Amino acid sequence: MTGANPQLNAQGQLRHFLTLDGLDRAQLTGILDHAEGFLSVARQPVKKVPLCRGKIIANLFFENSTRTRTTFELAAKRLSADVLNLNISTSATAKGETLLDTLRNLEAMHVDMFVVRHSDSGAAHFIARHAAPHVSVINAGDGCHAHPTQGMLDMFTIRQHKGDIAGLKVAIVGDILHSRVARSQINALNILGAAEVRVIAPRTLIPAAAGEALGVQVFHDLRAGIADCDVIIMLRLQHERMTGGFLPSEHEYFFLFGLTEKRLASAKPDAIVMHPGPINRGVEMDSEVADGPRSVILEQVSNGLAIRMAVMSTCLGSHNLSGQAPATEAAHD
Amino acid sequence: MTDATAVHPTHLSILGARLIDPASGFDQISDLHLADGKLLAVGAPPADFHPEQRIEASGLLAIPGLVDLCARLRQPGLEQKATIRSETRAAAAAGITTLCCPPDTQPVVDTPAVAQLIRQTAEAAGFARVLPAGSLTQQLAGEQISEMAALQRAGCPVLSHADRPIASARVQRRALEYAATFGLTCFLHPANASLAEGGLVHEGRLSTRLGLPGIPEAAETVAVARDLALAEQTGARIHFRGLSSARATEMLAEARARGIQVTADVSAHQLFLTEEAIATFDANALVRPPLRTETDRQALRAAVAAGVISAICSDHQPHEADAKLAPFPQAAPGISTLETLLPLTLRLTDEGLLPLPAALACVTCHAADILGWPGGRLQLGAPADLCLLDPNVITTLDAEQMLSQGKHSPFLGQPMRGQVRQTFLGGCLVFDRKPQTP
Amino acid sequence: MPTADIIQPAAQIEATIANMAEALNHLCQQHGIEQPLMIGIHTGGVWVARHLHRRLGLEEPLGFLDISFYRDDFTHIGLHPQVHPSELPVAVDDRAVILVDDVLQSGRTVRAALNVLFDYGRPSLVLLAILAQRDGRELPITPDVVGLHVNLERGAHIKLNGPDPLYLEQRATAPGTPS
Repeated sequence: MTGANPQLNAQGQLRHFLTLDGLDRAQLTGILDHAEGFLSVARQPVKKVPLCRGKIIANLFFENSTRTRTTFELAAKRLSADVLNLNISTSATAKGETLLDTLRNLEAMHVDMFVVRHSDSGAAHFIARHAAPHVSVINAGDGCHAHPTQGMLDMFTIRQHKGDIAGLKVAIVGDILHSRVARSQINALNILGAAEVRVIAPRTLIPAAAGEALGVQVFHDLRAGIADCDVIIMLRLQHERMTGGFLPSEHEYFFLFGLTEKRLASAKPDAIVMHPGPINRGVEMDSEVADGPRSVILEQVSNGLAIRMAVMSTCLGSHNLSGQAPATEAAHD
Repeated sequence: MTDATAVHPTHLSILGARLIDPASGFDQISDLHLADGKLLAVGAPPADFHPEQRIEASGLLAIPGLVDLCARLRQPGLEQKATIRSETRAAAAAGITTLCCPPDTQPVVDTPAVAQLIRQTAEAAGFARVLPAGSLTQQLAGEQISEMAALQRAGCPVLSHADRPIASARVQRRALEYAATFGLTCFLHPANASLAEGGLVHEGRLSTRLGLPGIPEAAETVAVARDLALAEQTGARIHFRGLSSARATEMLAEARARGIQVTADVSAHQLFLTEEAIATFDANALVRPPLRTETDRQALRAAVAAGVISAICSDHQPHEADAKLAPFPQAAPGISTLETLLPLTLRLTDEGLLPLPAALACVTCHAADILGWPGGRLQLGAPADLCLLDPNVITTLDAEQMLSQGKHSPFLGQPMRGQVRQTFLGGCLVFDRKPQTP
Repeated sequence: MPTADIIQPAAQIEATIANMAEALNHLCQQHGIEQPLMIGIHTGGVWVARHLHRRLGLEEPLGFLDISFYRDDFTHIGLHPQVHPSELPVAVDDRAVILVDDVLQSGRTVRAALNVLFDYGRPSLVLLAILAQRDGRELPITPDVVGLHVNLERGAHIKLNGPDPLYLEQRATAPGTPS
């Protein structure tokens, strides 16, 4: 009894991009394919396409992240959209009323899209629920819930190395409980037909009913968990997990879950290792793996831009579709 | 004189309704005669009875006014959310004639003055009886026990700690012991504070999918275990307010079988909803204790059917619109439920869980018994608290139509069977539905 | 289903393209162009361009243009479902470019393609080669070389099928919305 997917418009097209949960394979593949097309824009002397000319995109960042904001901003600018950046300290405007006031003001300026980053799970859903009908909302990370563009970027990177997601065995190692990136990666991997998605961590960092709720195999032993895997994703360990009583020490974490060349031997010989960066060397993995040939720098800037351009243009493109047939080959001779 | 009813007949007859008194098992189509605010006779009227008004009620049900074990009226202190007047008026329209409100007002119900203020304000409004639960500890702080004897004299039938668990087992033990001295039942919302801390929703499938901090089942079972042990130790009578998990109902059944003086209720919405209701971060399904799994829901239903859980209550928590206009984790928990209590109780019958009289017992006589209050039944010579309803009218729950100041409900847009026609409080007509103009 | 008639089968298209190649050769000589750069517009234009590229014996690799991100109907019908990356392996600055497409109707595709091209650089000259030209122009765009002229009834559309074999087909109604 989950009701209609709040991300889709009446024609079943993506209007918002809040979570990958509930989307289908064609939708995700479409975004990856479009991103492929946008990659070529970076090779143009004029690194800009006129697709979203005249659109206004507002970056609403309630949680500071210069890196993520910059990629969204540049992606929007490459689509020829105008960009407003708003860094709103959560402490000053924690109350919903103020948040909605901010939205209404921006809507009055004819903003077409909000890119939202917030420390509360569900914040992007909340904004989407209260946004005017002509406005799209992109989730740029909400609490521990989802970070769908990051998840898609990771799929894009895996696809570049492995050709296809379908049939792959992928292991995600670390703090699944608090990771919005892991949730989006798991959703994407399952939707795109990965043969097996595994999560590896001590029980304190695996959320309740993870196997059933997320569709993963749960492991508590690193070597067994990465055996025969094609892709190993290492999550960043936040220092708060020690003070919060989830782990005794970084030392013991590395001893049990740190990735070393020796442990990597149980994965497939051509397995790639991914990490969102910046790496805590000697906590999540040692330098030999981090700098080794199998390590993939996850946040490839050009890939990140291409994915965000694809997501933004897909959502903005769903706006004036009332009754119109979707684009086809023959429509534009 | 109250503002609910300026003038009312002292003698009236209600003719041809199906009379159900869950307490006695009486269930017949019959006439009902009221005199001077009391129930005078059932069936044929006394020879010298001359009613000033006759109410033709064939096709309707006449039942005791509902008794709700937990409804927040928000007054004193939180009048931006609701008032005693607004909520008792909504209660009357929903067939509820008696409400017990928890002590978490501002100030807290820990002195006779606050208890009396609430009772007097309710009496002045005149829509329903309001019985405030006194606080077990001063300021609800969980440290020093309150003046329980004084609270009892001021009209608090029971004691409670609202939904703020007493952290110290030692304080809880003393509070239960002291309450037992005066025969006062203690309402306990079972939740272990440190296990529930920071949690928003049931720790399970949905909390995992949505990345929301969970409240584990153990938060409830650890508290139930402690409270049962303390009840056994002290001989105090305790009542679990709002169980939410299957495991806790098992512990309750086992404790009752061993003769511990313990009763329990369940919030009506817990019998119909599960954690799935929050799948799209719907703040209208944010409640405490949280909605749990289908297994839990079925166990709660089974416990109600078996009489282990003997009462169903609204756990009404009206909020102003802004309280929920925030991202899910910042929205206020609690929903507006006075107006769904009776339709949801009838729905249990529709779904075959309980026969109608048994379902009604959960919101009338059984609830009254837990309060140690003599109402909730049709008794000759007792104050005539009555609800006349048309069981066949189906309406759609609409925020605009709700009388409560709180408009948040996960049942909005759902069909609700059973429409209250008239409510009598001590023989006074406190709610009268205007006939629909076609 | 709309009815489809083949208006030019594969064998005939070979000949049409051969004629186009000859006309292009002639035109290049006239302009004094020795090594033109050939660029096809995805998807049908690329098919035609491959044939022309081979017949003209051009040494530099063929370029591909995708106009999806430059269309003027984005706000009406959204993002094109299939996007192929543009691929211009040789710099276009100060070069003579032959732009190739399969069908010319409204002229909007060519307008978009010129915009893409100019985001890659500043060619010295652009020639337009079209396999099939039909009525319905909405922009002031005229091809330099045309394979064949087609007159169609209102609402009818022509479509190049390929890549192997190539044949032109006429449909009574368009599968999509005409622009």
